[in-house]
Amino acid sequence: MTIKVLGPGCINCRTLEKRTIEALKDLNMDAVIEKVEDYQKIASYGIMRTPGLVIEEKVVVAGFVPPVEKLKEILLAHRGV
Amino acid sequence: MKKFIEESPLGTVAVLLPLWIILYAMLQTIADGIISATGLPQGERLTEAVRFFVFEAPKVLLLLTLVVFAVGIVRTYFSPERTRKMLGGKSLFGGNILASMLGIVTPFCSCSAVPLFIGFVETGIPLGVTFSFLIAAPMINEVAVVLLFGLFGWETALLYVVTGLIIAITAGYIIGRLNVERFVEDWVYQIHANTAMLEETNPSLRDRIQSGYDAVKDIVGRVWPYLLAGIAVGAGIHGYVPENFMASLMGKSAWWSVPVAVLIGVPLYSNAAGIIPIVHALLEKGASLGTTLAFMMSVIGLSLPETIILRKVLKMPLIFIFVGVVAVGIIIVGYVFNFVF
Repeated sequence: MTIKVLGPGCINCRTLEKRTIEALKDLNMDAVIEKVEDYQKIASYGIMRTPGLVIEEKVVVAGFVPPVEKLKEILLAHRGV
Repeated sequence: MKKFIEESPLGTVAVLLPLWIILYAMLQTIADGIISATGLPQGERLTEAVRFFVFEAPKVLLLLTLVVFAVGIVRTYFSPERTRKMLGGKSLFGGNILASMLGIVTPFCSCSAVPLFIGFVETGIPLGVTFSFLIAAPMINEVAVVLLFGLFGWETALLYVVTGLIIAITAGYIIGRLNVERFVEDWVYQIHANTAMLEETNPSLRDRIQSGYDAVKDIVGRVWPYLLAGIAVGAGIHGYVPENFMASLMGKSAWWSVPVAVLIGVPLYSNAAGIIPIVHALLEKGASLGTTLAFMMSVIGLSLPETIILRKVLKMPLIFIFVGVVAVGIIIVGYVFNFVF
């Protein structure tokens, strides 16, 4: 599974990355986390608010940092994709 | 506390709201109690400064908490995506008016300015309309309005919102008429994003109230140190700076004070929470309303970090046009108010 964290490197993006790693660890899931900081690439996902979370090229979160529990739900829901 | 909110957001509101009202009604009594408990002599400068602080700081914090909570709920009804849809196909002037007003209620942070700009331009929203949004969104924010209401009264708060809207509308309109599309970085027009990727969800009332609490935690949690520092400096000015000290520097008679205030205000990086209490104290010491308003607007509305972020999508000439048009608008507002009041 490939997960991308979209954001120019502000505090929200770093928090999202940290929580995603935490959620993955809790779920015993394995994934490659990639940080996308380039505005051009961020914009190509069509999001208008950072931070964004992309699982297998699908935008699942944009504009806010969900709590770890919510991230776990999202990760589980997109696991099979 | 966190558990209560998560289990019953509505119930927590029912408990906290009356508590808020009681606290707010008792502010003066509590402040007087603190002053007499410290045993500070009446009429002394230090006493006046402390009295100012122990009354104003909790008052503004209480107001801020309530308004940020309410705005946090209101914002769940708006999103940049929805705003973009509403702005699609609007004429230039009408679009400018709508964009400025949506700029107030749409969730926005300056770190999202670039994706938002691209998202707007890409779907064909005119540059001028996009700028109206980008000017109004940071300038007219809930923190500024609450502080103006709490410290200056509702008239000044309303004045700030209305003049801020007028600047955002006209500056956006002017930029739109200047045909500056060539000063947008070329790659912006080459992006063809998949706009239908994120499904819109309709949050429940419970989620919306939760967003209100999140907004309080985020915004009040972030600005309270600035707010206390600002009010402390304001209290110092209130107690120690002699009356009319500012009259010669920022008063009506000093014609140059408005442009100078804007020149100092633009590069100065502060948020509304830190700057408004200080400005309030200056006004009390003889600064004129127009100059004060111009200073505030240039500090809050035009910030260096946001301009640097926008440089990623705008070429230098357009950066100068953007800052220039807004700065001139603020200067005109300053002069008009000095003239009228």
